[in-house]
Amino acid sequence: MKFAVVVFPGSNCDRDMLHAITDALQEEASFVWHTETDLSPYDGILLPGGFSHGDYLRSGAMGATAPIMQAVKQEAAKGKPVLGVCNGFQILLEAGLLPGAMLRNESLSFICRNIGIKVRRNNTMFTSKYEQGEEIILPIAHGEGNYFCDDQTYEALQRNNQILFTYSNNPNGSVQDIAGICNERGNVLGMMPHPERAVESLLGSTDGLTLFQSIVSNWRESHVLNT
Amino acid sequence: MFKVKVFVTLKEGVLDPQGKAIQQSLASLSYDEVEEVRVGKYIELMVEQREELEKRINEMCDQLLANPVIEDYYYEIEEAVR
Amino acid sequence: MYSTLDISTDKIEQDQLYKEMGLSDDEFASIKEILGRKPNYTETGLFSVMWSEHCSYKNSKSLLKKFPTKAPHVLQGPGEGAGIIDIGEGKAVVFKIESHNHPSAIEPYQGAATGVGGILRDVFSMGARPIALLNSLRFGELTTERVKYLFREVVHGISGYGNCVGVPTVGGEVQFDACYEGNPLVNAMCVGIIDQEDIQKGIATGIGNSVMYVGAPTGRDGIHGATFASEELSDSSASKRPSVQVGDPFMEKLLIEACLEITQCDALVGMQDMGAAGLTSSASEMASKSGTGIEMRLDEVPQREQQMTPYELMLSESQERMLLIVEKGREREIETIVEKYGLSACTIGEVMEEQVLRLQFAGETVAEVPVDALAEEAPVYYPESKEPEYFTTFQQQPDYVPVVDNEEEMVLQLLQQSTIASKEWVYDQYDTMVGTNTVVTPGSDAAIVRVRGTEKAIAMTTDCNSRYIYLDPETGGKIAVAEAARNIVCSGAKPMALTDCLNFGSPDIPENYWQMAKTVDGMSAACNQLTTPVISGNVSLYNGSNNQSIYPTPVVGMVGLVEKLDDITQQAFQQAGDVIYLIGETKAEFGGSEIQKVLEGSYFGKAPSIDLELEQQRQEQLLAAIQNGFVRSAHDVAEGGVAVSLAESLFANELGCAIHLTGDATTQLFSETQSRFIVSVSKQHQEAFEQIVSDIHVLGEVTDSGTMHVHVNEQEVIALSTSEMKKAWRESIPCQLKSKA
Repeated sequence: MKFAVVVFPGSNCDRDMLHAITDALQEEASFVWHTETDLSPYDGILLPGGFSHGDYLRSGAMGATAPIMQAVKQEAAKGKPVLGVCNGFQILLEAGLLPGAMLRNESLSFICRNIGIKVRRNNTMFTSKYEQGEEIILPIAHGEGNYFCDDQTYEALQRNNQILFTYSNNPNGSVQDIAGICNERGNVLGMMPHPERAVESLLGSTDGLTLFQSIVSNWRESHVLNT
Repeated sequence: MFKVKVFVTLKEGVLDPQGKAIQQSLASLSYDEVEEVRVGKYIELMVEQREELEKRINEMCDQLLANPVIEDYYYEIEEAVR
Repeated sequence: MYSTLDISTDKIEQDQLYKEMGLSDDEFASIKEILGRKPNYTETGLFSVMWSEHCSYKNSKSLLKKFPTKAPHVLQGPGEGAGIIDIGEGKAVVFKIESHNHPSAIEPYQGAATGVGGILRDVFSMGARPIALLNSLRFGELTTERVKYLFREVVHGISGYGNCVGVPTVGGEVQFDACYEGNPLVNAMCVGIIDQEDIQKGIATGIGNSVMYVGAPTGRDGIHGATFASEELSDSSASKRPSVQVGDPFMEKLLIEACLEITQCDALVGMQDMGAAGLTSSASEMASKSGTGIEMRLDEVPQREQQMTPYELMLSESQERMLLIVEKGREREIETIVEKYGLSACTIGEVMEEQVLRLQFAGETVAEVPVDALAEEAPVYYPESKEPEYFTTFQQQPDYVPVVDNEEEMVLQLLQQSTIASKEWVYDQYDTMVGTNTVVTPGSDAAIVRVRGTEKAIAMTTDCNSRYIYLDPETGGKIAVAEAARNIVCSGAKPMALTDCLNFGSPDIPENYWQMAKTVDGMSAACNQLTTPVISGNVSLYNGSNNQSIYPTPVVGMVGLVEKLDDITQQAFQQAGDVIYLIGETKAEFGGSEIQKVLEGSYFGKAPSIDLELEQQRQEQLLAAIQNGFVRSAHDVAEGGVAVSLAESLFANELGCAIHLTGDATTQLFSETQSRFIVSVSKQHQEAFEQIVSDIHVLGEVTDSGTMHVHVNEQEVIALSTSEMKKAWRESIPCQLKSKA
């Protein structure tokens, strides 16, 4: 499987994402600069964490206007997996690929720690290798991870089963402990925790690797069916 | 040349932890008459004369300067000399 | 804006304008002699910043020469942006520590943030990718709103900058003592990794080559920052606030990526950060090192503000700027790389044969000064040295012996002391993991970052117990180096080299200079004994406020090499049933101890003694035992003594222990005798461990009781639950920050 790691000026988890795919997952991955306009050669799109454009104005706001985002939208519409982690999640929100918006953490401070995350749904292309309701440990590292949406949007998220991850112990004040949501179709996922930081036991956890393995295994299945 | 003063504020109903912290600090300085603080952004644009100035500014705000999910905005336009 | 070009050379001399810039009468006289004429305003400015203590080390140079700086594994010693050591397999580690004390005292957020930015540039200007940051911080007691504000904002500043550039902040330390109240210390250390073939230097060779400017445009920020750093803080310092620079971590991130890409381009000749003294120091130092000169057209310098004068352009300390020397005719290659990142590069001058710094502005030559005069020929001072009276008094005092009524209460009290208490509130705000190489995050003896693509890892720590140094600078200086090495060894690494940040008071006070001289003697002795040369560093003098100097605080940033990942060891006890050993003898040594602070509120008497040969022997034995796989956990005994070390070893895995001691309870539990370690060893490795390591005492066993039981002379004196101790230790700092003064 061939992944694109989209790099914005100020992305800083791009290399970590690439290593997670090539070293731990043993799949292909390449960097794609934010000024590019074509993502069709790739099977999966990854938007890494960081501070795109310094997160000046609002986190992810300027990243969302990059030329590459049109290509991300096109590939998402084709049903390819699109994963935005941390700043990547913020960009997906600002670009309108996912509903809601991000606010500053309730504590007003950046928070970096390993944290318990509940897998709320395991019948998606991102979570199929987890157990339903399983608690996993993933690192978070953000200053603006306080997910916000109005009541109507929240009801829609629930109705459509779009909430994939919640915090066991809410660190940032996000609505209903939301840590990660997908679109209605289930192929665009945005999450604040960093699965790419949890792919080696040397660094403390491999719970994130399962997410990437889910993507690959679902892609293989559908790929075999389609060809 | 116009100077456009854009004010971006958090929508009513959106929690503003920064505002809350400031209100508490003011209270501890015994300014307890302050009941609520809301923090926003002020953005200044120096804009060349163009047709449909207001329409374009509205678009700028909707597309980038404010996030309609959480923020409201308003602006003032002044003539300016550079 | 007034034009400084209009100020006549006579006026500078008559009105002694040079004094406002920090130059003395004698220094001004020697400038006239060097030039053979009176300097103009711009030239006076160039000399004032280059001859400040911050840039020239004029007061400390004679002492710094005492440090050992060489070893077979040292590839680059002091003199470049950062020092470099060889770690094998063609790779090298680049590191340096630097102070940003005065800016942080005035504007803590930006002061700390730009401190991080500056040290990063020192490392990536060598061509290395920064892989870790550490911070050594000192504040007054957390009892006043001002200190809490400084503490909060410094941490926010480090977090804001470091997290955004995407370099993990993996370690450091924070200590609190009243002497830092008006003058906090903010020392930032950066560690980078590089393939040896890519090492870059700050050189300006090749006559006719282009001088290129890359990065943020120049504004008026930070003018005279280097001079400001070389004066004591006073109540009027706040009015110097415009001097403080503002950092842009986003720009820095782009600059890192652009410069690392440029490093791969052979059109690049040399590269240096525009740090303290900005364009002046980078240009004159690069030329001076290369035996060349530089001519610059200042009109070409990208400017953020209107109508800047040559004086301002040369002295500005605007952040995120680099000066490059590029092969003539190949400028476009550099521009192409830089433009990809949305930055601009422009050619502002040339390298020339004549060894002068010549500045053109608006069609005129506005300055022409020999580069060596600026970079190399600053006066060297040998300040007067005098043994302080307090030292004589302390040495003659009878040994201080604390009286402890209740050992349990004392343990809890010690764990809540700000210096000992958990620093989770601090490092929770730092991205400790970005880069996905951090194997050991903050909280253990040393942080560990693996070297991707190898079986090796780098251990790093910062240390300095300034209380001991205040009591006895020579002994304390030895301890500072030894303790850093202890932390490295406990993590399973071999101590390799160090960088130091010598934070002292004004050298104009003879007692302060004596402290500095003695400290350097002590540190040098320890560096020699432990084979850890000093490969880079920084001196920060004039630390103090309102006539009160800080304790001498020579922060040691040490780097060690983990030969194989399996060697990585942490302080936490791992498993019930493991045997707990104390390595080293315990004597009644309480001068400068944490318990002295708790009981007496001040420090006095003699510092703990240290035998460097013994220290080295114990470190080597412990490291050998770790490398052989006989040790499950290792932790040095430091502030608070054995009791605190044991408690700290219990926290991570919430285990318990059963300890049996003999002798005087207070001494056994709370003395701060040096060169001691607490280690745990599985029963199967007990015999092998005992064969390798000498001076060992079995203290007891790790248990799963969740309680620390301590018996002294067969009588139980402590039975404290791990959770209760951990709660006291974890909540102390957040609690102090919340409480109203």
